[in-house]
Amino acid sequence: METSDRSPREGPQPTRRLINLMLGSGILASIVAFIYPAIRYIIPPLVSESTSRSVVAAKVGELKNNTGEIFKFGSKPALLVRLTDGTYRAFSAVCTHLQCTVQYREDIHEIWCACHNGIYDLEGRNVSGPPPRPLEVFEVHVQGEDVVVSRKA
Amino acid sequence: MTTVYRRVLSWLDERFGAGSIEEFLRHKTVPVHRHTVWYYFGGMTLFLFIIQVLTGILLLLYYRPTPNDAFESVQYVMTQVRFGWLIRSVHSWSANLMIFTAFVHMFSVYFLKAYRKPRELTWITGMLLLFLVMGFGFSGYLLPWNTLAFFATKVGTEMAGSIPVVGKWLLIYLRGGEEVTGATLTRFFGFHVAVLPGLATLLLAMHLLLVQRLGMSVPPGVEKAIGEGRQPARSMPFFPNFLLRDIMGWYAALGVLGALAAIFPWELGTKADPFAPAPAGIHPEWYFLFMFQTLRYIPAKVIFLEGEFAGLLAFGAAAAVWVAVPFIDYKAGFGRVTRFFTGLGVFALGYMAVMSALALR
Repeated sequence: METSDRSPREGPQPTRRLINLMLGSGILASIVAFIYPAIRYIIPPLVSESTSRSVVAAKVGELKNNTGEIFKFGSKPALLVRLTDGTYRAFSAVCTHLQCTVQYREDIHEIWCACHNGIYDLEGRNVSGPPPRPLEVFEVHVQGEDVVVSRKA
Repeated sequence: MTTVYRRVLSWLDERFGAGSIEEFLRHKTVPVHRHTVWYYFGGMTLFLFIIQVLTGILLLLYYRPTPNDAFESVQYVMTQVRFGWLIRSVHSWSANLMIFTAFVHMFSVYFLKAYRKPRELTWITGMLLLFLVMGFGFSGYLLPWNTLAFFATKVGTEMAGSIPVVGKWLLIYLRGGEEVTGATLTRFFGFHVAVLPGLATLLLAMHLLLVQRLGMSVPPGVEKAIGEGRQPARSMPFFPNFLLRDIMGWYAALGVLGALAAIFPWELGTKADPFAPAPAGIHPEWYFLFMFQTLRYIPAKVIFLEGEFAGLLAFGAAAAVWVAVPFIDYKAGFGRVTRFFTGLGVFALGYMAVMSALALR
């Protein structure tokens, strides 16, 4: 550091300090004023989630015994399974691990996620692999020709 | 010819002192020793990056980044546009080769301790470039909007979402919403063709400037042998000797690239369907396999952490150590080679290789 004839304790003149403060806070405020809208712009507006409580997942007889089918439930995929005894079960098809879409495996009679080998039983319980939680289970009613799936109350 | 060259040079010299650049090139040398071959991989990566920029610009002429058009536009490039299949295949192959040479470059620098003082910043800019390159790979992978890419993106962004506190925002920022949709595609397209290239150009300029300022590192073993007079300090001029060898290497790489792209055209797969189950045998690109396989092994809960966050935390910590290695292994700066760091490198390489192999099994 170079020696100066002013002692280091002696700061800038009060007027200079005031100008620095005003200039500094002014610049800071302008930066914030420009950055804030940019950040808000980056975060997209929230899309209201579909509130549909029930949906016709399939027609009766469309699914053979021991098969599964993905259907659209609101904006998310769901899985309709017809068991070997002909009864229906429905689950959210979104794997609770990293949100891949699961499928029904006819060979092992379980629900399987191909991404990281997660397995759920036919109650939706996570039985092996990385999934941390069970799949959401939906209610299934057969109304005439329709297999209606609805969210549990 | 020579007189024209001289006159152009002296014209430029009068304007901005171009002579000093020629002077610099004339004095720049490259050390010659038994590890010299590793010096070629950085330049090779740069060459493949240039191929990426050029083929990327060509793909931009036809590509359309919307969920309804993306897959069809790539299909159009591959089936209707003359040599479209080749351009896209070269872009995909070159991307993979570039990631491969970047990793070779990084590991050779690591094992030869070229990161040691005074080249810490070269290492850090290089590591940041490596992360960017992986970001290019991840974002570019989604652009054809096929099934594999759709789920890879879902999983990758969901992992970011597993970070406590900021995860949710990060996920929404990356996806452009709660789900992987057309908004995600638009964003990834923006990252891939604007944000990442801008950042990469800036970092690349810094990286190359540092390499020019500091010259090539001589490995500690060779340095010691030279110091003790056991071997002579040999070198070759950078211009034209080393550069010509570099160019021969690039020419060979171009040959390999052309052959791979023509013989094994890159596949397009099937169009992404958000309401189809993830296909069996799904896996990410090879350079993410080791992380992917690790995720399969991590249980849902590790102590009190969510499994995927624990995995992310472990990889994040490993990456941080890796970036900071010049400062942790500061003794290498005094020519003291610590076996621990060489062992760590062998472990990292072994881990990545074994996990990737297990994922493909």
